[in-house]
Amino acid sequence: MNAANLAMREDFPILKRSANGHPLVYLDNAATTQKPQQVIDTLADYYARYNANVHRAVHALADEATQAFEGAREKVRAFIGAAHTQEIIFTRGTTEGINLVAASLTSRIGANDEILITELEHHSNIVPWQMLCERSGATLKACHVTSTGELDIDDFHEKLSRRTKLVAFGHVSNALGTVNPVDELIHAAHKHDAWVLIDGAQAVQHVPVDVQALDCDFYAFSGHKMFGPTGIGVLYGRLELLDALPPWQGGGEMIEHVTIERTTYNQLPYRFEAGTPNIAGAIGLGAAIDYLNGLPRPELLADEQALVALTISRLKQLPGVRLIGDPAERLSVVSFLIDDCHPHDIGTLLDQQGVAVRTGHHCAMPLMQRLEIPGTIRASFSLYNSGQDVERLVAGVEKAIDFV
Amino acid sequence: MSLDLDDIREAFRYFDSWEDKYRFVIDTGKSLPTMPEAARIPENIVRGCQSQVWLVTHQRDGKLTFDIDSDAHIVRGLIAIVLAAYQNQHASDILSFDMDALFDELNLIKHLSPTRGNGLRSMVARIRHEAKQAA
Repeated sequence: MNAANLAMREDFPILKRSANGHPLVYLDNAATTQKPQQVIDTLADYYARYNANVHRAVHALADEATQAFEGAREKVRAFIGAAHTQEIIFTRGTTEGINLVAASLTSRIGANDEILITELEHHSNIVPWQMLCERSGATLKACHVTSTGELDIDDFHEKLSRRTKLVAFGHVSNALGTVNPVDELIHAAHKHDAWVLIDGAQAVQHVPVDVQALDCDFYAFSGHKMFGPTGIGVLYGRLELLDALPPWQGGGEMIEHVTIERTTYNQLPYRFEAGTPNIAGAIGLGAAIDYLNGLPRPELLADEQALVALTISRLKQLPGVRLIGDPAERLSVVSFLIDDCHPHDIGTLLDQQGVAVRTGHHCAMPLMQRLEIPGTIRASFSLYNSGQDVERLVAGVEKAIDFV
Repeated sequence: MSLDLDDIREAFRYFDSWEDKYRFVIDTGKSLPTMPEAARIPENIVRGCQSQVWLVTHQRDGKLTFDIDSDAHIVRGLIAIVLAAYQNQHASDILSFDMDALFDELNLIKHLSPTRGNGLRSMVARIRHEAKQAA
């Protein structure tokens, strides 16, 4: 652990607490990351000093809140390299962003169309498309996954066709940490005139994302997985495409003019933000972005990758450990099983030792079915984890194996 | 195997570390008879988020008996504790037994919490439901 990493841990007050009588080792970062003091202070400051509803109001507080809220949108734009601020739609999280696209595309998808996803996906990137297919009569196809937990690229190309209207896949797998060859997939999809949606929930906290360089049509992610508050997320959509799509929820904020007979809609991005938005959440996300921008990210990522490699090599030395997935490119996640043990047993015994991991299917049941496993034990790392965390995890697993 | 409730209470009184307690739970689980593969069918599954629990209920001479199994060691141990209270009892005794109080006493109550998703809570609810039907 280097100086940058040590200093960073100090920013996260929760890392000082204990769990079940042991200093906390938090390795459930793929589920949610902890929050730095800077984000916590920003939320408290908003409620203490300038809480007001945004847009339209004439008073000082509303002005300040609106400026901070729209300022956060601009920070998000810069953070992901989008060309226009109107391309940034605030959502509740990745799931809502994907649902927004699926709902708004309803009139553009027909019975002869196909939507291509992959077996690696989180349920959030499966179920909205199933629902869209039910509404439209379109067909849902899924690219196969190999035994190493990577996409079968030949199968992907085979399943792409003139009928493919949209391709949706994760940037990084939440269950295995597999980094998908996004450039190749986007390029192939666009050659078939299909739109591309990327679930970036597991990528944004780890690696820089540039939506223009990627050339994707939609990119969805969550604030709480990148040190921001829960209940706020972002959907990026290419301007021309968003402009052509109808709104999905009606209400305040999203209208231009309403009569009982008909409504005209507001401009982007407000057209897709019905109701009072999560103002505090958006401003808090802005603070998380400021925080990330102030860190030596490449250095911290290299440290995190070293911890992942160390975890893999240490776990491999333990009897009965079976690593799940062996992708050539991996971020943050180490998934494994212990022979003759249910993941839940190991997770419970690790919890007793103050080590927080996740066990189960990780909301990726089709992937578990494909790999023919009931679930995994998943340790997921973030920028603030240390070599000591790895040692505690490994010692905890060793003890758990001895128990069962 | 028939674990006595008093034996369990007695054993737990002397555990002074979580290690002893969980070793006991896991070992107890190992003595729980496994359910034949043929009975591990979807109709017998008690929905839990993570570990799988199967439950079959029988009625004999006004008493209820249960075959229960799980794919997780700790859950099997917890099942054995639940069965120490419920196995071969009259429906009225099952309904009047306070399982939360027992798990509280054994300091295992978190395993009965709705957030744990280990299927144990649903299993207790299902047993109580069957007892109500039988009563």
